[in-house]
Amino acid sequence: MGSGQREKFDNPVVEWVDSRLPVFTLMQREYGSFPVPKNFNYFWNFGAIAGVMLVTMIVTGIVLAMQYTAHTDLAFDSVERIMRDVNFGWMLRYMHSNGASFFFIAVYIHIFRGMYYGSYKGPRELLWILGVVIFLLMMATAFIGYVLPWGQMSYWGATVITNLFSALPLVGEPIVTWLWGGFSVDNPTLNRFFALHYLLPFVIFAVVFLHVWALHICGSNNPEGIEPKSEQDTVSFHPYYTIKDSFGLLFFLVLYCLFVFFAPDYLGHPDNYIPADPLVTPAHIVPEWYFLPFYAILRAITFEIGIPFTDIVFITAKLGGVIAMFGAIALWFVMPWLDTHPVRSARYRPLYRTFFILLVIDFVALGYIGSQAADAVLFGLPLSVMGLICTAYYFAFFLVILPVLSKKEKVKTLPNSIHDAVLAKNKSHS
Amino acid sequence: MAKATTADNKAHGESRRDFLQLTAAAFGAVGVGSVAWPLVDTMNPAKDTLALSTTEVDLSPIQVGQSITVMWRGKPVFIRRRTEAEIEEARSVDVSGLIDKQSDAERIERPEWLVVVGICTHLGCVPVGTKTGEVKGDYGGWFCPCHGSHYDTSGRIRKGPAPKNLAVPDYEFLSDTRIKIG
Repeated sequence: MGSGQREKFDNPVVEWVDSRLPVFTLMQREYGSFPVPKNFNYFWNFGAIAGVMLVTMIVTGIVLAMQYTAHTDLAFDSVERIMRDVNFGWMLRYMHSNGASFFFIAVYIHIFRGMYYGSYKGPRELLWILGVVIFLLMMATAFIGYVLPWGQMSYWGATVITNLFSALPLVGEPIVTWLWGGFSVDNPTLNRFFALHYLLPFVIFAVVFLHVWALHICGSNNPEGIEPKSEQDTVSFHPYYTIKDSFGLLFFLVLYCLFVFFAPDYLGHPDNYIPADPLVTPAHIVPEWYFLPFYAILRAITFEIGIPFTDIVFITAKLGGVIAMFGAIALWFVMPWLDTHPVRSARYRPLYRTFFILLVIDFVALGYIGSQAADAVLFGLPLSVMGLICTAYYFAFFLVILPVLSKKEKVKTLPNSIHDAVLAKNKSHS
Repeated sequence: MAKATTADNKAHGESRRDFLQLTAAAFGAVGVGSVAWPLVDTMNPAKDTLALSTTEVDLSPIQVGQSITVMWRGKPVFIRRRTEAEIEEARSVDVSGLIDKQSDAERIERPEWLVVVGICTHLGCVPVGTKTGEVKGDYGGWFCPCHGSHYDTSGRIRKGPAPKNLAVPDYEFLSDTRIKIG
């Protein structure tokens, strides 16, 4: 980093700094003249958008932390004080709570874009894996953050999720006691959650740095899924993508502001405006929307695995659900090795494209199922059955469809270069 | 002479260096472990949390057929003064057909009093059925609204995703109308 050749800057102050610590050279190289495929579509905006949301969350989070009190007797009231008395407190809190949702929107689009265009394939496997790590850290941070206002959903969400670990054989109960720092979700739990909620965003920031570093080593994928071959295939990052990212970001922020200012509680749950009560469980516990597909997978497993007609059970229904839920994300880690098809982009893989679009529909359906009560019925079908079917497709996509397509799928003819693909597209338009 | 010494060192020194490296690494690992354990253990329940681990309850105001909820270790504990019919129902169940096989006798000190931790063994919600008028589920005990587990009049799981019966805490009768939980 920066030990290579360096061009002189005209500005003497910049030159003085750069000759001692080449930060300007680094920025120029990685964000100025950095060559990027010239055929990005707007799906390629969401990495930058996610980065902006991360910074938004950290900045609003730090000022909120100055007003928040992490104690079971005071937490709920301190949040209400932020809403009513603290200057701009209502705005900062709504920016933070809706910011989490919009961070997840950006990241989900970013992830599914990577799946559609084969961005996880070699040589970008590690880049992809770091991305999955970021997603897991985000889930942990968001879950912990949701506990802090100490409303009913905070308390019961924390209870249900920490109890997942009790499904583990033998070590389950001691682990849950250790997580709680007591015998139920209580003040020690709230305190440590606050400490971790302050820490994890900076861990995310560090992994994002590695993610971007890895990206700049192998370069961006693109909608055609073929590597740039000549200078004709690329443009410099600045000004072409700085302006395209800014343009997309503005649209995204308009949508974000609509929620922050006009529907700030739309994505939340009214139950979280009731202070936490360990004696009363809300009738319907639901996680935040961004966890719903995984929550549906957790609930879909209602059967146990053991030797039939005996009492011997290897995996209880509870443990099975937990394994399925974590497994659903763990599969993303090995996706580069489940899909070994040499062609990246779904544009040239008609079968993969169809199955992938089904996966997205399946994922949204799981989200809907997760939002409903466990015994809900839709069009005369119990939702629990539909949850099981959708879960089965989700796992089949990764474990059966991807490996089979890797071997069998015939592809459309790939263009010779990105440049050719762009020209062909322009010709068909005119 | 100098040459001989170098060769000497190489022949003997390599194994000696290996030994030193292994020993240093082993001591390093023990050192890191001994520093890491306090950091891990600090997250376990503190002494004041442990000190709050018993609760005494006066049973005299509870009428037959009535239940109350008390707090113990931050968790709800259900105490039900069971009716004759409820006791009979709990006893008459065929134990071998249960999800978590326990007879009623194993779960009580005195037949009239059922004391169970009011936490669903599925994912930790508080089942309803303690207060008058609440749904008691298909087996007359408790019903967990979160994921639909039904418990009977002995607090045993009968239907739904929960894997175990409602836990029975350690408790003792200090007198006929007073118990100590924990």
